[in-house]
Order: sequence, then structure tokens, then C-alpha cells
Amino acid sequence: MKGNEAIAEAAIRCGVDGYFGYPITPQSEVMETLMLLKPWETTGMVVLQAESEIASINMVYGGAGCGKKVMTSSSSPGVSLMQEGLTYLAGAELPCVVVNVVRGGPGLGTIQPAQSDYFQSVKGGGHGDYKLIVLAPASVQEMADFVELAFDLAFKYRNPALILSDGMIGQMMEKVELKPYKNRWTNEEIDQLHPWATTGKPAERERNIITSVELDPNAFERFNHKLQDKYRKMQEEEVRCEQFNCEDADYLLVAYGSSARICQKAMELARAKGLKVGLLRPITLFPYPTREIQALLGHVKGILSVELSEGQMVEDVRLAVDGKVKVEHFGRVGGVVHSPEEVVEALERKIIGG
Amino acid sequence: MEVSIKDIIKPENLVYQKSSLLTEKPMHYCPGCTHGVVNRLIAEVIEELGLQQETIGVTPVGCSVLLYNYIDIDWQEAAHGRAPALGTGIKRLRPDKYVFTYQGDGDLAAIGTAETIHACNRGENILMVFINNGIYGMTGGQMAPTTLEGMAASTCPFGRDPERDGNPLRMTEIVATLPGTRYVTRQAAHTAGAVRKLKKALIKGFNNQKENKGTSFIEVVSTCNSGWKMTPVQANEWMVENMFPFYPLGDIKDK
Repeated sequence: MKGNEAIAEAAIRCGVDGYFGYPITPQSEVMETLMLLKPWETTGMVVLQAESEIASINMVYGGAGCGKKVMTSSSSPGVSLMQEGLTYLAGAELPCVVVNVVRGGPGLGTIQPAQSDYFQSVKGGGHGDYKLIVLAPASVQEMADFVELAFDLAFKYRNPALILSDGMIGQMMEKVELKPYKNRWTNEEIDQLHPWATTGKPAERERNIITSVELDPNAFERFNHKLQDKYRKMQEEEVRCEQFNCEDADYLLVAYGSSARICQKAMELARAKGLKVGLLRPITLFPYPTREIQALLGHVKGILSVELSEGQMVEDVRLAVDGKVKVEHFGRVGGVVHSPEEVVEALERKIIGG
Repeated sequence: MEVSIKDIIKPENLVYQKSSLLTEKPMHYCPGCTHGVVNRLIAEVIEELGLQQETIGVTPVGCSVLLYNYIDIDWQEAAHGRAPALGTGIKRLRPDKYVFTYQGDGDLAAIGTAETIHACNRGENILMVFINNGIYGMTGGQMAPTTLEGMAASTCPFGRDPERDGNPLRMTEIVATLPGTRYVTRQAAHTAGAVRKLKKALIKGFNNQKENKGTSFIEVVSTCNSGWKMTPVQANEWMVENMFPFYPLGDIKDK
């Protein structure tokens, strides 16, 4: 099935309570699949087409505030519209999952795949000091698996989680192993699991207020520090990445999502030429595998960051490397996808020969 | 024999008391503001209907942003204009609960127009309370979508000019045209009689949710005496003379 369809199937199976979305290419199959599968008749999951991405993300806020597993999906211009909602969700410490099937920007751009929303995803996007948990699937299988993982992390930290995919992974068809159906949480389970949720105030507890307003500067500074503590804990405990041939690598490719797939082939081509090239694929983009990259600097002489952008993730690679070895960026943009041969050529030109 | 005040304050003489759902937190509203009255009525209605545990409220951005401090129920605070979307998310996932939104004119009729129209058009089974005082109170008295023609505000200091600023928006008439709305009314809270009528409307707005037949929408034409630069009494008189002709009171739809 398609990556977008896998998102929908996985959402129903992992006990999601609600999906609110607005159509946009190249991810409309998510809501189309949900509507065809009619989960309200089976698991009781609510699916609703909203009037805009602004409304979708705020419907997500309302549902998440009730302790429900709620999600939305969109593509780049739509996710830009959601940035207000995302900073409010982060500020109100609400768990939810947002899927961005990225297309090329800026502006209306193109419907072809791109990875040019990295900054927006990992550096904020909305106002204020906040972070999203960002997962980058590189296969249709991971599109399915990361829905549940994203919800687990979102609820563990009471923070929005973003699945940063792209038009290639969303539209691509691959075999998928879907997990068995899990029950949705009952309202009683939600009362137990999420005592912060607005479920109607019984006499025996204080009222629950979901908000991000705090007008006392000292109290709000303390709250901001608390958020940063949470992000530090994520950095300590939640980094995920995959390494290929990194043990003996002289040169390293760093790439996520669809670029990582291309780089796997590029790595094989380079190895066939006798070049000792490894690939590090970040799975979490925030928290970033900074330490994992640093651990390879004893033998790696140069790094090429490969992404479908003008060079965004390369900044995090450079922060990790801190000037110790050469780091360059390579990537095609505007919906153009680089070939493995182009990656090898860029590696030779910018890193090995450069 | 001299009668002291202590002799008079006895349970048997009690004719009115504060709703048990109103918290001890002092309200931050300006003296004379309509918000305090409407907040109190909502607390009374929820208490009298026995819905404390069944109600989830949504607060806006504007003067009533801190409304959740005053009524002892569960609350969610929305981004500016987005309360109807939150209300939709809450009600769709907790259809067993009573959900209401509380918004001012800038929130509901300017930045949140799309959310308002579409929540009403879908017929979300919620109560929307709309405080219309024709001005942005919290930010210091700027022009609102409902500011009357010729009415001065800090961003139209010489009065609203429809040529430049467009015309005041009658949101309540607009949502009444939508098949999704069930009960649409315009009320006020400037006299005891008006307060009693408004309370009845609020009770209807909550009770309607038992039947899932669409959105209940209650506009409250209100004063902002500090924003209008008037005393509370002058503001009430000005509202009756100027606001009511353009925003006439009464039920517009009740099906």
C-alpha cells in the first residue's frame, strides 16, 4: 500500500480516537483512506474534514485536551498554517500526532517531494521556545510503525509529535506488516492515565485547565525552564538512528527519510569503487543523534549531509561536528530528487577531493 | 431597640447568594463591564442544571481570557478565534459532555469568522456565547468587526468610516441562516429583566445539547465602559440608544 494509506491503517489499529484534516496534495489519501475504512463503525474513531488546517489543528487541541489520541496530517503549506496551533499545543503540554508529507516550497511551491521543512519542524516553526518530537520515516513500513511510536512519545512527554515524511514516502507503494488492532482507551482509562485531561470536573478533584497563558513573569520563566528540562530528557533518552557501514568509514553520509534510501545505494556504489563510506540515518530529527555522529569522528574524515533542501539539517551536523572534520551539504530541490550517482559525485567533489 | 446589621443577616432572610461554582478569585473585569454578569449567569446555570461534572468550557483570547479562573469547571483555553474548533474537537470526542464556547466580537467575528461559520454550519452540538461590545477591550479599545458606523475607537479615532473600514458585521443574523444552527438569539444584560431573559436563553443553550439538533448561539450585546470612555450608567444608555437599533434584541431562530 501507499505510505499515506499506511498512516491511516496504522492510526485505526493503534487505537486513535480522532482524525481532523484538510485535503492537500500529496497526502490526501490519509483522510480518503480513513473515510473509506469507516473506523467509526468499528473502533469508534472519529474522522472529520475541517474547513482549514487552522481548524484541524485546533480540533486536535480540543480532543487532545480531553486526553484522547488525536491526530492530523497535511503537507507543507498546510503545516505552515498549523504552526500557531502547534505552539499552543506545546505550550499547553498536549500530546498529539501531526504528519507532514513534505512538498517543495517556499510558497505554494510544488506537489513534488522535498525535505525543505526541516527547520520548521525541528527549530520551532511557531513562536516561543518549544520543540516537537520529530520522527522521520524512510519506508512505508515506518509510516505505519511511527504512528504508534509518535503517540507513545507524545503521551510520555505530553508534547506534540511530528512525523516528517515527504511526497515520495507518502505516495510510494511497499509491502507493509500491520499490527493487530488495539482497543481505544475508555473514558475511565483516560481518567486514570491522564488526570490532567478536561473530562468534566467531579467534586473530588480540582478543576483541570488546559492553557498556555501565564502573566506572572517569574512563574512563566519557571514553566519555560520546565519545558526545557523535558526537551533535555528527550535528548538523553529518545534519540533513534540507524547506522550502515559506519564502523570503518572514512567518509560519512548523513541523510534521513527518502534521501537516506538514495544514500544507501550511493554508499554501495562508493564502496564498489573502494571508498570506505558509511551512512548514518537519523530517525529522530529532534532529538538529534548528535552524540552518535560525534562517536564516529575518531575515524571519519569528512561528512556529506544529503537532503532534498538547500541545506538545513547540515547545520545540526555541523553543530555536532564542531569544526573537527569537513562537513558539506548536497541536495536537489524544488521537487527534483537526487540520484545515487549524483550523491557519490558530490561526495568525491566536495569532501574527498575538496 | 436598636437593630444591627447582624440581626438582619440570617439564613431565613437570604434572597440571593453567589453560585457555589463561582470561585473566590476576584474578577479582573473593569467595574461596569458586562462580562462579570454573564460569567456569573453561566455559573448559576451550570449549578442549577447540575452539570458541573458534565461541562467543558472553552475560553477565548480577549478580556475573558482568564474566565477559567472564575467558574469551577474543566476548561480549555483557545488561541485567538479558534474556540469553535476546540469545541468541535471536544464535543466530537466527548459527545456525552456539555460543551460551550465564550468569545468576544474580535475573537468570534474577525479572526475566528471561519471557525464560527463552519462550526455553526456543521451544526456542532455546542453552545456558543458571543459577547458583542463593539470594541477590542483587552488591547485598549481598537476597532472591532462590530464597531458601529461613526463609533470612535483607537484605530478609528474619528469614527468608523464604512468607505475605509467596511461595515459592522451582524454575525448572529449570518449564523441564523445556516441550517446547522438550532437556536440563535440576541440578548443583553443591562437590566434585571434582560438578565432574566439571558439566563433563560443560557439554560436553553445547555438543555438543547441533550437533543443533538444543532448549534445554539447566544449573542449578548454588551458595554465596554472603559473602552467607550463612559461611566457604566452612560455606557448602558449609549448601548440602548445606539447598539440596540443595529443589533436588535430577541430570538432570531428557535427550532
